[in-house]
Amino acid sequence: MGLDKIKSMSREDFKNNDYIDKLVEELNATGANVMVGKFDDLINWGVSNSLWPLCFGTSCCAIEFMSLGAARYDMARFGFEVARNSPRQADYVMVQGTIVHRMAPVMRRLYEQLAEPKYVIACGGCAVSGGPFKNSYCVVPGVDQILPVDVYIPGCPPRPEAMFYGLMQLQRKIKVQKFFGGVNRKEKIEEFFAEHPEEKGQIG
Amino acid sequence: MSDIKDKILKIYPEATFEEGETLLVNVAEKDWFKVAGDLKDKLGFDVLTAVVGMDWKDSLGVMYYLTATSRDWEVVSFKVVCADKEDPYIHSVSSLWKVANFQEREVYDMFGIKFVGHPDMRRFFLRNDWVGHPLRKDYDANPELNPIRMEDEQNEDDTRTYELDENGKLKEIPGKVFEEDEYVVNIGPQHPSTHGVMRFRASLNGEVVKKVDVVSGYIHRGIEKLSEGLTYPQILHFTDRMDYMSAHQNRHCLCMCIEKALGIEVPRRAEVIRTMMDELMRISSHLLSFGCTAMDLGATTAFFYGFREREMVLDIFEKTCGARMSMNYNVIGGVIADLHPDFQKDVKELIRIMPERLKEYHTVFSGNIIAMNRLKKVGLLSKEDAINYDITGPSGRGSHWSCDCRKKHPYSVYPEVEFDEILEDGCDSYARYMVRMKEIEQSCRILEQLVDRIPEGDIRAQVPKIIKLPAGHWYQQVEASRGTFGVYIESTGEKTPFRVHFQSPCFNLVGVMDLTCSGYMIADLITIGAALDFVIPDIDR
Amino acid sequence: MFNFGQWTSAFNNWLLGLGVADWLTVLIECVLIAVVILGVYTVLALFYILYERKLCAWFQCRLGPMRVGKWGLLQVFADMFKILIKELISLKGTDRFLFKLAPYLVITSSVVMLACLPWGNGLQIINWNIGIFFILAVSSVGVLGILLAGWSSNNKYTLIGAMRSGAQMVSYEISLGLAIMTIVVLAGTMDITTLVAEQEYGWFLFTGHLPALIAFVIYVIAATAETNRGPFDLPEAEHELTAGYHTEYSGIHFGFFYLAEYLNLFIVSGIASLMFLGGWMPLHVPGWDGFNMVMNWIPGPVWFLGKAFFISFVIIWFKWTFPRVRIDQMLAFEWKYLMPFSLANLVLMTVCVALGWHF
Repeated sequence: MGLDKIKSMSREDFKNNDYIDKLVEELNATGANVMVGKFDDLINWGVSNSLWPLCFGTSCCAIEFMSLGAARYDMARFGFEVARNSPRQADYVMVQGTIVHRMAPVMRRLYEQLAEPKYVIACGGCAVSGGPFKNSYCVVPGVDQILPVDVYIPGCPPRPEAMFYGLMQLQRKIKVQKFFGGVNRKEKIEEFFAEHPEEKGQIG
Repeated sequence: MSDIKDKILKIYPEATFEEGETLLVNVAEKDWFKVAGDLKDKLGFDVLTAVVGMDWKDSLGVMYYLTATSRDWEVVSFKVVCADKEDPYIHSVSSLWKVANFQEREVYDMFGIKFVGHPDMRRFFLRNDWVGHPLRKDYDANPELNPIRMEDEQNEDDTRTYELDENGKLKEIPGKVFEEDEYVVNIGPQHPSTHGVMRFRASLNGEVVKKVDVVSGYIHRGIEKLSEGLTYPQILHFTDRMDYMSAHQNRHCLCMCIEKALGIEVPRRAEVIRTMMDELMRISSHLLSFGCTAMDLGATTAFFYGFREREMVLDIFEKTCGARMSMNYNVIGGVIADLHPDFQKDVKELIRIMPERLKEYHTVFSGNIIAMNRLKKVGLLSKEDAINYDITGPSGRGSHWSCDCRKKHPYSVYPEVEFDEILEDGCDSYARYMVRMKEIEQSCRILEQLVDRIPEGDIRAQVPKIIKLPAGHWYQQVEASRGTFGVYIESTGEKTPFRVHFQSPCFNLVGVMDLTCSGYMIADLITIGAALDFVIPDIDR
Repeated sequence: MFNFGQWTSAFNNWLLGLGVADWLTVLIECVLIAVVILGVYTVLALFYILYERKLCAWFQCRLGPMRVGKWGLLQVFADMFKILIKELISLKGTDRFLFKLAPYLVITSSVVMLACLPWGNGLQIINWNIGIFFILAVSSVGVLGILLAGWSSNNKYTLIGAMRSGAQMVSYEISLGLAIMTIVVLAGTMDITTLVAEQEYGWFLFTGHLPALIAFVIYVIAATAETNRGPFDLPEAEHELTAGYHTEYSGIHFGFFYLAEYLNLFIVSGIASLMFLGGWMPLHVPGWDGFNMVMNWIPGPVWFLGKAFFISFVIIWFKWTFPRVRIDQMLAFEWKYLMPFSLANLVLMTVCVALGWHF
């Protein structure tokens, strides 16, 4: 209880992420040309520091996301500032809130409308797994049923600090990805959609 | 009570009565429309407070809660049972009370009860290719029947009206929502100004809006159905996630309804804490509303000022309840945790700075000539319409309708505190906006009276380990941030409720979008939406 | 004042002295100038993006970009790299050619305008006697790009955005032109160099009496509208039309619109500084020779940029303070108030000049 007891996370805890360690291992195993590698680094630095969110919130998490943008937390400090309303210009979509059956095709279409490189963050219990509404007749139990998710942020709703943590993990993930060569994101996304086919969708 | 019985018997001699928490009148389906007309015209039942669809297993029907504003806000419920369970229908009352338009669509969606004479009988929450009606007790929840469909909905413009032909059989008359050659702009579900995933389809003439079609259900989570499978303490947490800006009030309402059924006396300390939390929540909600209105009108900076003070309120919540949002604070019989030692100090600090900050808001935003021009004379809603559409809360009081539930059906410690019900007679968006700003002052006033008078004592009454409500049904209303929030519980004596219905204020607010936006510009649609200030998860539930 | 013309003509003579043919000299100089202009354009645009972000953060009690580089100085470069590699989406049902042409039209118009601004004494690309007129003419090309963008996207939002933009820019150009006309009447010339030179002992804002002051206010309002900035940002009214005319653009195409928006802000501020605040001319007070000497030590480009940044600051201040106006209110404001007012102001200025009422 009490605000004074909340301390920031230690560096070791922040760095402790098996998933990203695995990615780095993979990256080291395949190796990369020095020139291409440096260029990759530059691009990844740019992408990771300029993540523009798509304004997309369905419920409570969206209000916390507004708090994240407001003066106290100020996500502009990290360059997540320019919230775009048009999916074409956004870099990631943070799914804030429950996705229900009626919303699912819209959600998928929004994802298709994002321009590459694009990322998905499942924010809040509902987006992660369906949350308290998991058993409902019309709730999608986790947005990963319909979209390839990069980062999960649990919470109901997650505190702005948790959202920051999630966004930083996304940054770290981007920094170890490959833009040139290797098995890149695009192929992984295609793999995902091969596993989750759409039924005669009219997306585009 | 007997007085109203006599009056109802006079217009409908076949009526049978059931005494309960409110008077219940049984009306036969074939007489319902005529009786409803008489109730409105002769007995002054001018507000249709709630429409609750019911499935009593052997029959389907609807419970109507009517309020007579002229007679001290007396509430009477009416039970109408469908004659035929296989092809259920009831005569629509949407021509008498416009608010019934969406309410009956919801009942149709959830129970499959067709409303005869309803102008636009479409599903409201679920996709139009959904199989079955979820709130029916015999609903088949097999996910193969309703998989996650990834294709768009087809034939969105198709609607229908049901009429009875001369043999008393239902007859379907197809219709269209929009004509072929109308210029229809789709606003939402992903749109920055719909405050969530609401979708409006607006038919335009140049920049002028001709008609707005509200498409809801993009966050319909089926809370009412889920509640039927959970115990009473378990369903409490849903209320925080409906109108998350009225989390405390909504939960207060559900707790009061259950306490009323169980006959539990809540300790005085808990009552005072609950009231204070409600008012803090109202301040937080109205600050958010101020910020969003400003942002929707393009004044981004004002939004940040509103959020600056909102963080103070959230800090108070966090210290006592442990969460910034979805506080889960009220429980059956009281509150879950005692106040944080800083609570009184923090509240006093909030009360101290609020007046000057409000002045700052008025300087930055409300006093601005551009803001005034954008808000004034936009989205006119007369008092008659506000009553007919049951627009309660700040939006209704902006139309000079005195509808504050804290005054009309006093609860908790509201009868003991002094505060004014803010009424504005502008009937426009500016009036609604100003009501909110002034209500912040009134909430501060209530807090000021209570902050030093929190009595010592228990924070929770003794409640049985396993909560079973006696058989019966209860209806409870509170004044949430956006209007009158109602909870209907029907119990058969089990651990789980037989039926729970949440009557949310925002549901009625979207009902007037078409009325208030027609004839204004597309930019005004955003203004009107912002000034009505609806929260989508509250509508969809 | 130091004349930058010495450097440029020295360079020209050096090239000719090397025995380079005349046409080749011109070609080399053109290429050099183009490189410089594009470089300056990019740097300015990036600077402006950061400038606005930091300013708006300041208005909103925030910090703004902090983490990327010291005080977030590298933030805009990160954004630039990101935008460069973003996918360019091509859509079904669009007019491909026009869709791709539109951002280039917008950016070309603003590059040409930038090229016309003199940064210091002799530090300009072309000096001719209708300089101001040319800038005004080029500025109208930009609206064509916006209209094309809105039309070719095959989207209802962009179409509404483009139509709003067309109506807005065409209307406010009148007031803008009339405000500039007022100063031209006062100066008696359209040649930018002469115009600035005339402000050596007193900027037009102060010497022009009341009409110049009124013209300045009208100019700032009209310029805000011309650049589609708040409270006149209707064409891209985010909360009504998602992103207005460039809703469907992604990647560098969107980047062009984004850059042009900021550069246009600089350009209108630059013109205002030239017309009203003496451009690159330092602050001189007649009689205070010592003070004037010190002022002369500060180079012309610094003066020019300083004044332009100040006016941009005012316009950014508008955007983050005022709510957005509605389309009918905006047009009514222009045609019913601003335009008649600026016409009357022009007449007033003419009378002032004819009777010698200015300083």
